[in-house]
Amino acid sequence: MNAHALLTRLRGQIPLLVTAVLLVSMFSVGSVQYEGFFSGQVVLNLLIDNAFLLVVAVGMTFVVLTGGIDLSVGAVVALSTMVSAWLVEQHGWPPLLVIPLVLLMGTAGGWLMGWIIHVFEIQPFIVTLAGMFLARGLCYTISVESISITDPQYTAMAQTRIPLGSLFVSPSALIALLVVAVAFVVLHYTRLGRNVYALGGSEQSALLMGLPVQRTKTTVYAISGFCSALGGVLLTFYMLSGYGLHAVGLELDAIAAVVIGGTLLTGGSGYLLGTLLGVLVLGLIQTVISFQGTLSSWWTRIVIGALLFVFIVLQRLITARRR
Amino acid sequence: MRQQPVLEVRGIRKEFPGVVALDGVDFRLFPGEVHALMGENGAGKSTLIKVLTGVYQSDGGEVVLAGERVRIAGPLQAQQAGISTVYQEVNLCPNLSVAENIFIGREPRRFGLVDWAAMRRRAAELVRELDLDVDVSAPLNSYSIAVQQLVAIVRAVDVSAKVLILDEPTSSLDRDEVRQLFAVMRRLRDQGVAILFVSHFLDQIYEICDRMTVLRNGRLEGEYLTSELNQVELVSRMIGAELAGLHQLGGGKRRERTAPTGKAFLQADRLTRRGAVEPYDLDIRPGEVIGLAGLLGSGRTEAARLLFGADQSDGGTLRIEGAVTALRSPRDAIAHGIAFCSENRKTEGLVGELTVRENIVLALQASRGWMRPLPRAAQDAYALRWIRALDIRPNNPEALVRNLSGGNQQKVLLARWLITDPKLLILDEPTRGIDVGAKAEIQKLVANLAEDGMAVLFISAELEEVLRLSHRIGVLRDHRMVAQLDNDGELTPERVMATIASGADQ
Repeated sequence: MNAHALLTRLRGQIPLLVTAVLLVSMFSVGSVQYEGFFSGQVVLNLLIDNAFLLVVAVGMTFVVLTGGIDLSVGAVVALSTMVSAWLVEQHGWPPLLVIPLVLLMGTAGGWLMGWIIHVFEIQPFIVTLAGMFLARGLCYTISVESISITDPQYTAMAQTRIPLGSLFVSPSALIALLVVAVAFVVLHYTRLGRNVYALGGSEQSALLMGLPVQRTKTTVYAISGFCSALGGVLLTFYMLSGYGLHAVGLELDAIAAVVIGGTLLTGGSGYLLGTLLGVLVLGLIQTVISFQGTLSSWWTRIVIGALLFVFIVLQRLITARRR
Repeated sequence: MRQQPVLEVRGIRKEFPGVVALDGVDFRLFPGEVHALMGENGAGKSTLIKVLTGVYQSDGGEVVLAGERVRIAGPLQAQQAGISTVYQEVNLCPNLSVAENIFIGREPRRFGLVDWAAMRRRAAELVRELDLDVDVSAPLNSYSIAVQQLVAIVRAVDVSAKVLILDEPTSSLDRDEVRQLFAVMRRLRDQGVAILFVSHFLDQIYEICDRMTVLRNGRLEGEYLTSELNQVELVSRMIGAELAGLHQLGGGKRRERTAPTGKAFLQADRLTRRGAVEPYDLDIRPGEVIGLAGLLGSGRTEAARLLFGADQSDGGTLRIEGAVTALRSPRDAIAHGIAFCSENRKTEGLVGELTVRENIVLALQASRGWMRPLPRAAQDAYALRWIRALDIRPNNPEALVRNLSGGNQQKVLLARWLITDPKLLILDEPTRGIDVGAKAEIQKLVANLAEDGMAVLFISAELEEVLRLSHRIGVLRDHRMVAQLDNDGELTPERVMATIASGADQ
């Protein structure tokens, strides 16, 4: 019986292992093929260039673990860049006021969607789709043009390089890693986190076990809203602009990262560190293609698409075996 | 003078649209007893339990817990008040570990963070106290339903040790697992826990229970000591004055049957599906009842699904009325006059949001095509006829199916298929989880249908039932049909059991 239990436990880890193996082999192949690929800075650049995606994907992981989905994240990222640029540049508000305000806005928006999903028992898909249109549309009420940011505090965040020996990282990358660390502790060591897993396992059971289902659900979408807004803030550091066309399709990248990271779309099973690996895989695909030099960047999409198919089928095989 | 009841219910009332589920029911539960809640399907047992656990709000009456009047607003309040429930379907999270399932919502914490080591240690202690051999850090879904149920009990008792409600816990357990469950129940009873036990197995009730409360049609029939009421008296109180079906049930008298000898309606020849069932042969003639016996998971349902096109066979041939036929989907099977009543009536059959009438005419309407709607008058006529023929209660065609009890839902499902006048009726566990009265009715109905020339494939875990009805019995073991036994009047449950156990006819 114990061997069986061990097998069951291992089976849950298969997608994560596959992702880790994929990451290592992609990196090895890149190192053999291209000069200058095998360096610590390439790895750190993955974090620097994908910091905002990582943060958004962390929020998405919470939602997907409950068995839900949040399509609004890309639009909320865009709205956050827009509101930041508008308030800082055109109204002269101090960044230290604007940033908390933007974070609060994202959190409140997510909370509201979670509340609607739970109270009216509506599919998360359609509620967050509405949220997506709403946030994207609101961007253009501010401006249809891109607003560039020249505020010195923002440019400082964009240009600061924190040395790590002979290498360097950006503040955004550190913030993203901090978010991963905090989210890891929350998911694995707090009641909220365990309730998230329970909800994904069986909402009916969670309710009958007396767990706070409504609070957990609204919190999860609030977390995703917060992470999207923070992702937006990091994107303003990266792009130094606010624009309604920023982060188009980011929600899909985030979902892809979560799925490739081994979290089941049906909820209840997955790891936050898997999401980190998933984001790195996506980033690495881009890096390999840019090192390759002749391929169009659209090949990134094609590879991600193919990978997603493989991982979804893998998930299906694992869950089907379990029954 | 007896001690105070730990839980007392007075004059409780609960209504659903079109149904009065509970009508002024009183109920007492004392500490340190195992108390059975008895009644036919639709008598109000499930409703009473759901009121006690806060899933439903009562429309009248009061609940007194340890001398104090309480209002139970939800499952959480019920747990906090000391009432825990373990349901027929295990309501735990299969993706979490055993230890987490015991402690979730109440995890031991250190500095605000979940203390996994302490949680595993305490879970292991609780599990050991009940003599269970379980690795608490393994995921729950690596264990059988029986073990999962015991884990649910461990959780329930640890949450609140006053009142434990067990709703049909034994319906999917085998004999050894039931013994293990009863050992745990006795131990808890001796610790002073009050246990409310609901089961359709009368032998189990008499083995484990001290007292019982009988409900009928939403009303209290009476409260008895188990030692003062024998089984026949109990059943007569459950079903009221209608003792007609009872003799047939208690006596075990088998109908005289001569197996029909006509041409086979359906012939399976080395029919198989990899991973589901190994090649098997089976002939079913009009007017014949074929039983399928075997343990849970032995391949009974899988074998039947091939005959309905619900799964595709990957070997062997199927002949229907002599012609080789490949059933690609249930639609094909229905077109050939085959009907399949599945064991999951909730998930695979009925639409709870529709009325009894709408559910009954659903298949017929589908076979006519949506362009030719069945006139309302005809719908009413069909519904009323089958409600009367199968004694569906309440006898209101406009009641919502989800408000009906399990046994009555099963009858609605049967009616839906019977209305299409099938040539072969496949029944998968039609009497699972329903009470003796309804069981006898369904058995009688099956026998009558066969006499009128319908071929029936009858799957059931209860050997007595299979023996009573079938002309021939296919025995399955480990996904293989190991024998086909003629039910010539000398076949005994023991011999069928021996065949299942040994894998060969002896």
